[in-house]
Amino acid sequence: MRTVTVFALLAVALVVSAAAGVLVGAVAIAPGDVLSALLGANDTSGTIIRELRLPRVLGAALVGGALAAAGALLQGMLRNPLADPFVTGTSAGASLGAVVAVALGLEPVLVPLAAFVGAIAAIALVWRLARLGGRTTVLTVLLAGVVLTSFAGALVTLILVSSDRLALRLRAVLGWLQGGISVISWSELAVAAAVVAVGVIGALLLAPRIDAYAFGEETAAALGVDLDRTTAAVLATTALLTGAAVAIAGLVGFVGLVIPHALRFLLGATHRRLVVASIPAGAMALVLADLGARTALAPAELPVGVITGLVGAPFFLALLVRSRRVIV
Amino acid sequence: MSSVVARGIRAGYREREVLRGVDLVARAGELVALVGPNGAGKSTLLRVLAGLLRPSSGTVTIDGVDVAALDRRAIAREVAVVPQVFETLFPFTVREIAALGRTSRLGPLGTLGSDDARAVARALDDIGATDLADRRIDRVSGGERQRAVLAMALAQEAGVLLLDEPTAHLDPAHQRATLDRVATLARRRGLAVIAVLHDLNLAAAFASRVVLLADGAVVREGAPASVITPELVSTVFGPGLRVVAHDGRPFVIPEPPTELERHARAG
Repeated sequence: MRTVTVFALLAVALVVSAAAGVLVGAVAIAPGDVLSALLGANDTSGTIIRELRLPRVLGAALVGGALAAAGALLQGMLRNPLADPFVTGTSAGASLGAVVAVALGLEPVLVPLAAFVGAIAAIALVWRLARLGGRTTVLTVLLAGVVLTSFAGALVTLILVSSDRLALRLRAVLGWLQGGISVISWSELAVAAAVVAVGVIGALLLAPRIDAYAFGEETAAALGVDLDRTTAAVLATTALLTGAAVAIAGLVGFVGLVIPHALRFLLGATHRRLVVASIPAGAMALVLADLGARTALAPAELPVGVITGLVGAPFFLALLVRSRRVIV
Repeated sequence: MSSVVARGIRAGYREREVLRGVDLVARAGELVALVGPNGAGKSTLLRVLAGLLRPSSGTVTIDGVDVAALDRRAIAREVAVVPQVFETLFPFTVREIAALGRTSRLGPLGTLGSDDARAVARALDDIGATDLADRRIDRVSGGERQRAVLAMALAQEAGVLLLDEPTAHLDPAHQRATLDRVATLARRRGLAVIAVLHDLNLAAAFASRVVLLADGAVVREGAPASVITPELVSTVFGPGLRVVAHDGRPFVIPEPPTELERHARAG
């Protein structure tokens, strides 16, 4: 009963925030005009709504949902609420992949795939590093993630400065890196949506096996989980979700961290429920954050990463303080 | 009805060999206590029996089938392990914990069927945790949490049940209740149970057989009274433990330090 209520509330909240995202913006457009724009009216409002606001709201929803689902998977496998694509260095790897693709002048639709390649390379490397001590602990994963994030960041800066193609658009690229759902075309959106769909299906299939990690890897193995295969599948799924998200919105922190953690209080710990709920909840959170980013300093625009960082970082610290005892 | 047979097990970690040729048998319906000093290799042996650590030589067979030939999923249907650590940060309910025991029987889409729900309900019932089923694991007592983990292992419906110091964090009354439950289940469900126990008195009270392990080898095995003897206890565990017989059962009593020991320490 409680589960049904939570899901119903999440659905309503998502629809309301998406509506707000389309209705509100730097240019005031009356609700009636928004409706006719959505129905295909051929004027300036129509262009703003159909080519700017709607893709942007859908992009934000896609990014938030993907990051939250990826966070739920990582937290489950590490048995710790301090993990997400951002702190494990996955997002940084994805951003490096995306920047390389843009610097090489690849088709925009290939950017999510390049981001996926970067993400999977990063998370595989982090996992390998974290494994050096024997068992994987969240502490070693976070440390490896920090190191990799710095390294990937340095490489990104190097590429930005040395690439003529990117130097011309430095401001736009920097904005994207900070987490900005900038101008996004319907074709990019479609590619990202397809990648996220595959990732979500993977996440749902893996979720019951992730539950078995509740008492650690050894117990998961004793319960019948093939650790190597499951780890590889979870990392690949996480990389798919993160790659798509980063390709659209750059480095957006904390959504993947906060959303699954908050939902666990409402819905309990089983991961299939958590993944299913993470998608609308993450989507809603990022649609609202993006709305804030567009309107807080209008007509100037903040990167959405600024909003999620401002809200998420204190939350992360509170979590860190509370779980100090059990972090390793 | 299963029996587990380990023959000539040698195993260890990296360069360190922990088990140096161990034979062990547990038959359906019996509770075998694995005892011995710290570092004797008890937990390592349990890991080998569960197929979690590959022995460098020797075989483990369950009903004649070599465990090395089975994948993790197949092993989990034959052997259940009750973990020593049962802390989790996530708010699973007791029923959800018990349902983890069905992981090896998840369908291709990761779903559980009505058979699984029945196995979980039966496991909770057998362990007396039905009333706890919908409570959160982080909000029940240590003894109740351990019952949840036992229910998880029972829900696996494996013929072999391995327990690593199941009484480690429990008070004496809960220690007794736990072993009583496990011994009863072994008989009723026909399980072959192997439990690592530190407390020799609990081993003597509940085990049908005791296997004494020291330095990676079996020193002696048999009925409790034939293994827990004054000579063996002093050889394997060292001085300061008195073994007395009462009602045909051996009791191990720690002695206070002697005058000589106190003197030696002070000097």
